[in-house]
Amino acid sequence: MAFLEIEKLEKRFGSVSILKGIDLDIDEGGFLVLVGPSGCGKSTLLNTIAGLESVSGGEIRIAGKRVNELHPSRRDIAMVFQSYALYPNMTVAQNISFGMEIKGVPKPERDKAIAGVSETLQIGHLLDRKPSQLSGGQRQRVAMGRALVRRPQVFLFDEPLSNLDAKLRVDMRTEIKRLHQSMKRTIVYVTHDQIEAMTLATKIAVLKDGVLQQAGTPAEIYNSPTNMFVADFMGSPAMNLIPATVNVSGKSPALDIGAYGGRTMSLDLGASNGMLSKFSGRPVMFGIRPEAITDPEGADRTSKNLITAECFVEVVEPAGSDTFAVVHLGGKEAVARLRADAKVVPGTVAKLAFNLDKAVFFDPETQQRIA
Amino acid sequence: MARAQHPRSILQEWLPRLVLAPSFAVVLLFVYGFILFTGVLSFTGSKLLPDLTTWVGLGNYQRLFNHPNWWTALANLGIFGTLYIVICSVLGLGLAILLDQKIRGEGVLRPIYLYPMALSFIVTGVAWKWFLDPGIGLEHVIRSLGWESFSFRWIKDGRFAIYTIVIAAIWQSSGFVMAMFLAGLRGVDNEIVKAAQIDGASNWTLYRRIIIPLMRPVFLSAFVVLAHLAIKSYDLVVAMTDGGPGTATWTPALFMQKFTFGRNEMGMGAASAIIMLMMISAIIVPYLYSELAGGRRT
Amino acid sequence: MTATTQQTAVRTGALVRALIYALLLLFAVYYLLPLYVMVVNSLKPLEEIRQGNMLALPRTWTIEPWLSAWSTAQIGVQPTGLKPYFLNSIQMVVPAVFTSTLLGALNGYVLTKWRFRGADFVFTLMLLSCFIPFQIVLIPSARILGLLGLGGTVTGLVLIHAIYGLGFTTLFFRNYYEAFPSELVRAAMIDGAGFFQIFRRILLPSSGPIIVVTVIWQFTNIWNDFLFGSSFSNADSQPMTVALNNLVNSSTGVKEYNVHFAGAILAALPTLVVYIVSGRYFVRGLMAGAVKG
Repeated sequence: MAFLEIEKLEKRFGSVSILKGIDLDIDEGGFLVLVGPSGCGKSTLLNTIAGLESVSGGEIRIAGKRVNELHPSRRDIAMVFQSYALYPNMTVAQNISFGMEIKGVPKPERDKAIAGVSETLQIGHLLDRKPSQLSGGQRQRVAMGRALVRRPQVFLFDEPLSNLDAKLRVDMRTEIKRLHQSMKRTIVYVTHDQIEAMTLATKIAVLKDGVLQQAGTPAEIYNSPTNMFVADFMGSPAMNLIPATVNVSGKSPALDIGAYGGRTMSLDLGASNGMLSKFSGRPVMFGIRPEAITDPEGADRTSKNLITAECFVEVVEPAGSDTFAVVHLGGKEAVARLRADAKVVPGTVAKLAFNLDKAVFFDPETQQRIA
Repeated sequence: MARAQHPRSILQEWLPRLVLAPSFAVVLLFVYGFILFTGVLSFTGSKLLPDLTTWVGLGNYQRLFNHPNWWTALANLGIFGTLYIVICSVLGLGLAILLDQKIRGEGVLRPIYLYPMALSFIVTGVAWKWFLDPGIGLEHVIRSLGWESFSFRWIKDGRFAIYTIVIAAIWQSSGFVMAMFLAGLRGVDNEIVKAAQIDGASNWTLYRRIIIPLMRPVFLSAFVVLAHLAIKSYDLVVAMTDGGPGTATWTPALFMQKFTFGRNEMGMGAASAIIMLMMISAIIVPYLYSELAGGRRT
Repeated sequence: MTATTQQTAVRTGALVRALIYALLLLFAVYYLLPLYVMVVNSLKPLEEIRQGNMLALPRTWTIEPWLSAWSTAQIGVQPTGLKPYFLNSIQMVVPAVFTSTLLGALNGYVLTKWRFRGADFVFTLMLLSCFIPFQIVLIPSARILGLLGLGGTVTGLVLIHAIYGLGFTTLFFRNYYEAFPSELVRAAMIDGAGFFQIFRRILLPSSGPIIVVTVIWQFTNIWNDFLFGSSFSNADSQPMTVALNNLVNSSTGVKEYNVHFAGAILAALPTLVVYIVSGRYFVRGLMAGAVKG
C-alpha cells in the first residue's frame, strides 16, 4: 500500500473546478514531483495535502489514515514555501522552534533540536539573526530547517527554488536530493521547472487544467508520454511534433512527411511499429526528441531503427557541448541535436540520422499516444 | 474545512466570523439601521421626539424645499463648496509644483503648510473669527498702521460672511491637498520627464501637457475629499459665525442641527439629513465604484 | 529614490528660483500667521489687544490668560476653566481610540487572512460607513444613548466614537494586512498556531506602522470632534472642543480675547504635539484616509 494516497480528489471554488478527480499515490520514502503550467492546480493540490485548503470531494490518506478533516498541524507534515515564509520578527532559532514552542516542548529539548538541524544544514552561525539579515540561499536553508525540525512523515515543497538565482538553484537542488537520500522521508514537491522535476523525482505527476495527465518515473514520462501535452511539456528543447501520414504500401509501414521544396520525405518505420498500420492513410503526429535527430556520425549505434534523410537546415545554434540545428520537416520547424563539431551550414541541405526507436506517435484529434 | 468534527475545530472554524460579528452587527445597527430610522422619521411629523404615528409622506421634503433657510443653506453650500474645492486644488497643486523644484528647506516648509490639518475646526474658527473681527483684527491693525479708511468687515456682513468661512477652510485644508499632489508628482515616472525634455518641451509645456494631466487621479481624490468635507461643514461655521449674521451662513449641516435640536422640527431635520446623505452618495458611490473596480487586489 | 531624480530632472533659472523661494516663504507666513496671532495675543493683557496691534509682540508679557483659560474662565455657568473638559476629552479619547484600533486590527485580520463567503460584502458595508454624514445618525444615536442611560455621559461619547471609527480602522488594517504575506499565516498554521496566536505572534509584531497611523488618525479625529460632542454631552461631560466654543461664543460679559486664544491653543496642543512628534505617520494616515479602497 502506498504511503500517501490521493483518491478522486475534487476542489471547487464556487462553480470553478480547480482539481477534477485526481488519483495519485507515492510510496514511503518516495519523491513525488507535481509539475505543470501555471494554473494547472499543482499548488492547490499541495495545499489540500497540507490541509491549508479544504477539499470538495475525494480523500487524502497518509500512512493509511484519512486526513481530510485534520488541521494542518496534526497531519504530521512540514512545508517549505516559495517565499520561505520566515516570521520576520523572530530570529532564525525562534523561526525553527516556533512549532515546538506552540506545542509546549520544553526549552532544553527545543535547543537540542535546533542544534541538530542547524548542524545538518550548516546554519549554526545564523541562529541569532533575523530573516531580513539573511541572503536568499540562507533563507532557503532556514526554511528547510524549520521543516526538518518537525521530523514529519511527509515533506511538502512549494516551488522552493524559484526565488533563487540560477547557480544557487542548481546547488540547492543537489542539496535537497542529498537530504532526501539520507533521510528517506516522503516528499511531495511542486515546480514548474521540468528539469527540477526530472532530476529530483522518483515519480512525476504532470497536471493540466486540474486533470492528471500522466504519473510515472521520470524515464517513463520522458520516453513514453501518454499524450501530446506531456510530450511537449517535458524536455528542453521540447519534443518535435511533426504532422505526418502513415503509408503501408510497402513491406513495412512508412511515414510520409512533407519536406523542403514540396517534396515528400518518407521514413521507413520498420516492423516494430506495426500498431501504426491501423492508421494507414491517416494523419498522425510524429514525435521525436531533438537528441534522436543527429548528424549520421553522432547517431546512437545501438539503435535498431536508424534512418538517414536529407533536410534543409535553416539556423545553426552552437551551444558548446552540442550544436542545435533548426531544420524543416513537414512544413514545420524541428530541432536537431548534433555533435558540437558537426559540419552543418545554414541554408543548405544536410544528411541527418533519425533514431526511430525513440519515436512516438499521437492521434492529432484525441492528442493521445497511439504508438 | 466543511466537515470538521471535533468541537475544538468547529470553534476554530467559526472563530474568525465570531470575532468580526460584533463590529459588523454594531455597524449594521448604528449606521444602516440608523439611516433607515432617520429615513422613516423624515416621513413623519416628529417634533421634539420621534413620533411614528403622524405620517406626513413627503410633507417634510415639501416644507424643506419651500423654506427660505434651506435655500440659503444650499446656496451657501454651492458658494462654499465651489470656492473651497477650486481654490484648495489650485493652491495645493501650485504649492506642490513649487515645492517639487528641489527646494532647500522642503523638510521645514512642508510641515508648516500641513499643520492646520491637525487642528480642530473649532480652533481654526476661533483664530480666524478674531483675526477677521473688525474690532480687534485685520481692519484694526491696518487702521492703526495709518490707513484710517480701511474697511474689512465681511464677517459682520450677511452678504460676505460666507466668504470668510471659505478663507478659514482653505487655510485649514489646502496644505493637505498640497501633500496629495506632491505625492502624485513624486510618483511621476522620471523617464517620461526626460523623454519630454529630449523632445524639447519647456518647463511650462512639460507641466501643462505632461505632468498635470497625469495628476488626474489626484484631482479626483482631492475633489472627493473636499466635497465630502464641504457637505459636512458644521464645526467651522458654528465657531466662526454660528450661522449669522442672521441666517446668512447657514449650511445644510447647520440647518439639520438647528431644526432638529433648536426648533424641535425633528421630521424636517431628518429630511435635511437624508438630502445630505444623497448628496454625499452621489459623489462617493461612483468614486468608490471606479476605485474598487479598477484597482481590485487579489 | 524617484523623489530626488524627479527633482533634478526639471531645471530652472536663478531668477525663477528666487521667485519660487519668495512665493513659498510667503505661503509659509500665511499658514503660520493665525498660529502666531493666537500665541502672541494669548500672552498680552486684554487692554493691549483692544488698543494695540494684533500682529505686534506683547509690550507687557503675561501668562494670566493661560491660567484663566485653564482653571478660572467662565464656561457656560461655571467658572471652572477648561481643565475639567480637557480631562473629559482624555477620558473620551483614550478608550475610544484603544477599542476602535483593536477591533479594527482584528477585523482587518479576519477580512484578509480568514476570508469567508460574504467577507467582501461585510467589508464594503464597513467601508461605506466611513463616508456617511454623521447628521444622519444624530437623532437615533441620541435616542439609543438615552435608552442605554448613557445620554450626556463621557461613556456615551466613547461608545459613539468607537463605533463610528470602526469603518476607518478596519479599512486601514485591512489594506495593510492585504499586503502581508499569507504564506506566513499558512506556515504558522502548520506550526500549530491558532487564530489568536497567529494574530499576536505573527501579525501584530509587524503591525507597528499601521498601529501608529491608526492611533494618530483616531486620536486626531476624536479629539477634534465637535458634532458628537455638542450633540450628546451635557454641561459636565463636554469635551474640550465644545467647552472652547462655549468659552468663545458665550454672549455674556466682556470678550476676553487673550483667554480665548490661550484656550484655543490648549485645545489644539495635544493634536499639534502628535503632529510634530510623528508628522510622517500623520500624513500617511491622511493619505490612506483620502485614497481609499
